[in-house]
Amino acid sequence: MRHIISVLMENEPGALSRVVGLFSQRNFNIESLTVAPTEDETLSRLTVTTIGDDRVVEQITKQLNKLIDIVKVVDLTEGDHLERELMMIKMKANNGTVRAEIKRTTDIFRGTIIDVTPNTFTVQLVGASSKLDAFIEALGTSNIMEVVRSGVSGIARGEKVLSV
Amino acid sequence: MELLSGAEMVVRALRDEGVKFIYGYPGGALLHIYDAIFTQDDVEHILVRHEQAATHMADAYARATGKAGVALVTSGPGATNAVTGIATAYMDSIPMVVLTGQVMSHLIGEDAFQETDMIGVSRPIVKHSFSVQRPEDIPEIIKKAFHIAESGRPGPVVVDIPKDMTTPTERYEYEYPKSVKMRSYNPISKGHSGQIKKAVDMLLAAKRPVIYAGGGVIMGDASKELIALAKELGCPVTNTLMGLGGFPGTDPQFIGMLGMHGSYEANMAMHHSDMILAVGARFDDRVTNGTDKFCPTAKIVHIDIDPASISKTIKADVPIVGPAQAVLKEMLEQLQAAKSTPSAESLKTWWEQIEEWRGRHGGRYKTDDSKQMKPQQVIEMLSKVTNGDAYVCSDVGQHQMFAAQYYKFNKPNRWINSGGLGTMGFGLPAAMGVKLNFPEEEVVCVTGEGSIQMNIQELSTISQYGIPVKVICLNNQSLGMVRQWQDMNYESRHSQSYMQSLPDFVKLVESYGHVGIKVERYEDLEGAMREAFAMKDRMVFMDIAVDPFEHVYPMQVPRGSMRDMWLSKTERT
Ligand SMILES: Cc1ncc(C[n+]2csc(CCOP(=O)(O)OP(=O)(O)O)c2C)c(N)n1
Ligand SMILES: [Mg+2]
Repeated sequence: MRHIISVLMENEPGALSRVVGLFSQRNFNIESLTVAPTEDETLSRLTVTTIGDDRVVEQITKQLNKLIDIVKVVDLTEGDHLERELMMIKMKANNGTVRAEIKRTTDIFRGTIIDVTPNTFTVQLVGASSKLDAFIEALGTSNIMEVVRSGVSGIARGEKVLSV
Repeated sequence: MELLSGAEMVVRALRDEGVKFIYGYPGGALLHIYDAIFTQDDVEHILVRHEQAATHMADAYARATGKAGVALVTSGPGATNAVTGIATAYMDSIPMVVLTGQVMSHLIGEDAFQETDMIGVSRPIVKHSFSVQRPEDIPEIIKKAFHIAESGRPGPVVVDIPKDMTTPTERYEYEYPKSVKMRSYNPISKGHSGQIKKAVDMLLAAKRPVIYAGGGVIMGDASKELIALAKELGCPVTNTLMGLGGFPGTDPQFIGMLGMHGSYEANMAMHHSDMILAVGARFDDRVTNGTDKFCPTAKIVHIDIDPASISKTIKADVPIVGPAQAVLKEMLEQLQAAKSTPSAESLKTWWEQIEEWRGRHGGRYKTDDSKQMKPQQVIEMLSKVTNGDAYVCSDVGQHQMFAAQYYKFNKPNRWINSGGLGTMGFGLPAAMGVKLNFPEEEVVCVTGEGSIQMNIQELSTISQYGIPVKVICLNNQSLGMVRQWQDMNYESRHSQSYMQSLPDFVKLVESYGHVGIKVERYEDLEGAMREAFAMKDRMVFMDIAVDPFEHVYPMQVPRGSMRDMWLSKTERT
């Protein structure tokens, strides 16, 4: 099963490499990983999506918790949560039909065209990873020139918070 | 407040931490620190002959005392030479602080002379690491390093110190912190009472209980509590390789080590048990054998300070996270307060079964079919001559297993071996580390002619500092453990497992100023051994010729259950 694990860690040099190293050292899989400082600049928030059975995911959270720089770990998929990923996608758009189709599909997915040249469109799309996948599928890969995705960020629904 | 340079702060912090000895080897990146060492005598530096030995000395001190040992190595090759020692400590959860020199900060990343990214190299084999970025942080970093190394599940901590952090002319206010607080690191101090209650109820209801105790009992200083609990329950106790000495080897309730080379009765009892109380042990593959066939009828209570060790390989029915000592203490209190007691009837039946197993195959080896001395006889003699009280520091191989099986450890912290990593070359420096700190105690290195040659250069360190350890070399003229596997699995094709061109060990040690004794016949063994131990202030190397064809038994059949064992070259369960 796919899990979204959220980690609050000290914003220290080397902390990220310990997390990444742990995944490869223990043969855990990483689907995506994002990290950035929080409103408290001494803390970073990291989100990692991984696929594994319960035993593996239990090991992942326990092993992460053991890292000295890590303050808190939570498996967001255990409760109600929101997930978002940002995608920017550059596509060939060199004739009217294609341009119209990209525009229509972008509207349906509530994306935004953020850059335009005579031959290309660059679309920005935000949503759950599955929505981004669906967008790519809807347009077909033949016109795609470049895709960049941010990886998943997640947060619990309701009043639950992950903080020190 | 006193002003000190970074180099002086390093040494002063070690003093303030109560460190008596550090083990190390100098080099360019450490010159300021070595100069600071020269101008004081609170902390004594032991100059090894290879950095690996420095780490093993520090490690063994920690195994004997529970306190972190300290090694000091220079950047680049000094640091990489220490890697095996760090990994050895990591695998056995041993507290250690390794200070590594580093090139000047402005050179980092430029492939400078003797630059190695030691934080990166050591990352998977440390509990944590620090890289000093500002000299004034040194006292706090060193305090944190000791705190992290020694608390919770212990482990090695690396502190990487760029040379410019130790410049003698730049001085800072020095104050050693009394304690440190880290919001991200809060080791647990007691177990969950509700979980302990569940475990107690299960123990009271169990018909065939076994206590399976590991290195966590030793490092967690919980031997006393373990003994008390076992006495209260009257059940059998087995130790892992790392746990030996945690329960007295001569106690009738002790059924021996378990696992790959565990005793017949221990492995049988585990397999047939209905309730296993695991304490500070981690169900590793050398214990469980095939996990799918592991102890089919047993409910499992698992006490461990590291939650990640619980249900990692074998699912626990009742997990208890906490230090062994506190949890066992509370368990005993709850047990004594409980209204019922374990059924004397079922315990009696259980012990009859165990005694039957013990009588059938327990602790047996054949001495009749060859004139050669058996390695087991040597260990039994060692146990007798030292009354089971010596610190026994082992290398890795058949001799290690024979020592584990036949030396009767009656006290904790005295069986010192590389269980997790299996590091050949560990034994001699380990013995040195213990002997330096316990000069009045008998300290023995049990080794093979293969392992001893991996750190034999330390004979020179022994001469320099006068460290009178006793080396018992079970010389079977081969890499015995490798050869055993080749006998069993490769139709005795002994690929590269002979030790050819062995030195004359007696002459070799004599050249360093030590005493060498060669023993070839069993009749001479006791006399020679007593003679060796009588030389209190000499390092004595006993080169003992033993049967080169002996195998270690029992030996579990790979991927089988706990009870699937070879009992000799011809018998299987
Ligand atoms: C550094 C290292 N290299 C290789 C091994 C693999 N190994 C395990 S036991 C062994 C043979 C040890 O020979 P010896 O020290 O003579 O002990 P014996 O088994 O003969 O008693 C070897 C090569 C190891 N454990 N450590
Ligand atoms: Mg040998």
